[in-house]
Amino acid sequence: MAAVITAAVPAASSSLDWIRRNPTIVIGSTILGLFVAIALIAPWIAGDPLSFDPLNRLKRPSKEFWFGTDQFGRDVFSRVVYGTRISLIVGVSVAVIATVTGLLVGVLCGYYRRLDDIVMRVMDGLMAIPAILLAIALITLMKASLLIVVIAISIPEIPRVVRLVRSVVLSVRGLPYIEAAVASGARSRIIMTRHILPSTVAPLVVQSTYVCASAILIEAGLSFLGAGTPPEIPSWGNVISLGRAFFQISPWIIFFPGLMLAIAVLAINLVGDGLRDSLDPRIARRM
Amino acid sequence: MSAPLLRVTGLKKHFPVHRGLPSRVVGQVYAVDGVSFDIARGETLCLVGESGCGKSTVAKTVMRLLAPTAGTVALDGVDISRMGEAQLRAHRRQMQIVFQDPYSSLNPYLSAGAIVSEPLTNFELASGQELEQRVASLFERVGLRVDAVKKYPHEFSGGQRQRLGIARALAVKPSLIVADEPVSALDVSVQAQVLNLLIDLQEEFGLAYLFVSHDLAVVEHIGHRVAVMYLGRIVELAGNADLFGAALHPYSEALLAAAPVPDPELRRERMVLQGDVPSPMAPPPGCHFHTRCPYARERCRTETPPLQEVKPAHWVACHLRPVGGPFGQLTR
Repeated sequence: MAAVITAAVPAASSSLDWIRRNPTIVIGSTILGLFVAIALIAPWIAGDPLSFDPLNRLKRPSKEFWFGTDQFGRDVFSRVVYGTRISLIVGVSVAVIATVTGLLVGVLCGYYRRLDDIVMRVMDGLMAIPAILLAIALITLMKASLLIVVIAISIPEIPRVVRLVRSVVLSVRGLPYIEAAVASGARSRIIMTRHILPSTVAPLVVQSTYVCASAILIEAGLSFLGAGTPPEIPSWGNVISLGRAFFQISPWIIFFPGLMLAIAVLAINLVGDGLRDSLDPRIARRM
Repeated sequence: MSAPLLRVTGLKKHFPVHRGLPSRVVGQVYAVDGVSFDIARGETLCLVGESGCGKSTVAKTVMRLLAPTAGTVALDGVDISRMGEAQLRAHRRQMQIVFQDPYSSLNPYLSAGAIVSEPLTNFELASGQELEQRVASLFERVGLRVDAVKKYPHEFSGGQRQRLGIARALAVKPSLIVADEPVSALDVSVQAQVLNLLIDLQEEFGLAYLFVSHDLAVVEHIGHRVAVMYLGRIVELAGNADLFGAALHPYSEALLAAAPVPDPELRRERMVLQGDVPSPMAPPPGCHFHTRCPYARERCRTETPPLQEVKPAHWVACHLRPVGGPFGQLTR
């Protein structure tokens, strides 16, 4: 029945249909696409985010300075545009590092129960470390850099991914089709990659979007505290941090990066929610 | 005579029960408690009993999906009960399993073709075009359309899925198929089709079945010999006609009396058991059945009756059925 109906409908309207059924994914990824585009073409649309211009200090938004200028006369628009790069790099790299490590550890833990007893205690320990404290500790020990920030944010995120993956593995590994695979001569590697891994993909993709969004927020928070990205890099958190002293007389310095931060996190979460709904077969089949 | 295809001797499977923090073993579930039987080539042995009597555990332990606590499982004369997984793998080809639930026994992320070809790939029996051809002929053999190889499990009906499970089991040309309630999740009309398919396949390939079921009508249809289980032990083992015609163990008698007969006119004397099955964590001493047996004597409460061949090819574990008879109606 279903096949007959889809065949009768032209392809163009079926993709329109998909858009209508998944508005959150479309809206979220459109905004995200815009952010990526801004990050990529930053040198062509924005001026130097670092050059001082003492004559134009604390100017309000105008035709010349769209988002105004800060206390050193730096163009807030340029800084916000370049800050998009930093935020996206941090968000994506933390999501990738946490997801890949978490997937690996989670599948192994769920499959080999002896390993599980030890590794999960380590994960509990990691989860107890606040990202901010870890970042401060790492940055005081080593030279502040973007890499250190990414590592500091990733470490506390990994246990969350491990727990998610492990719970999926535990629920799948008792199913008869795993026993059937054992009976039909599948080796552990095949069972893990072919029979267990696919079930973890959908929740993992969704979780990774949330990790990405929270990484961007944590990075901004760390920078705001002065414990994150080195101050010469114009991340949104740094811009907000510097603008804090002047926000009563020139609120635009923190308003625009704050707005971008909120929109970026909202967009990523929209994509995550949309993916969760459309990847969950129980919800997807009904539609 | 050569060794039987499958010889199970004194099989036990106990599950430890953990409780508390730190967790301690507070007891054992005696799921299977000393079960022995043989299956010859091309033969169907049915294992019947009510839920929780350990029949599925026997099936899984024979398949070595569970490691036995004690006893041996000899496949073609080779004891596989203590083998390591690597060594065991070579023997897995000889026995395959069909599960009860046609939904959770198929990986939802794999296409039907991938599911059926997996055993062939695992054992490196075929690849490329040959693999495709063998999968296609398997589909044909179990009554599925060949173009269904690209479909996913959720696109099939329950009966078709079970055919898919049978095709997967058949792929490596096993000599024994363990069927763990293969039709109990299906509609009655579909049940008959799948059962007849199993019977046809048995004739064609000389398959032996260990057929686990709680449905006596199904067992009567497919079985050559029947083993009745109660609380982890076999209480009666006999040929199909013997068991359905003249069951000797009081539990078998009650089980047969409880099966529905499709004749509204027929009035039967019903033997209805009192009480519940005792907990397998604390099975009663002596004969496990004495707590519910209407004929129980003092001896039944203390002494475990051995499974004896009371008549040719008819084994019973009951003190009231000594070797050689008498085989008349028992009295209370």
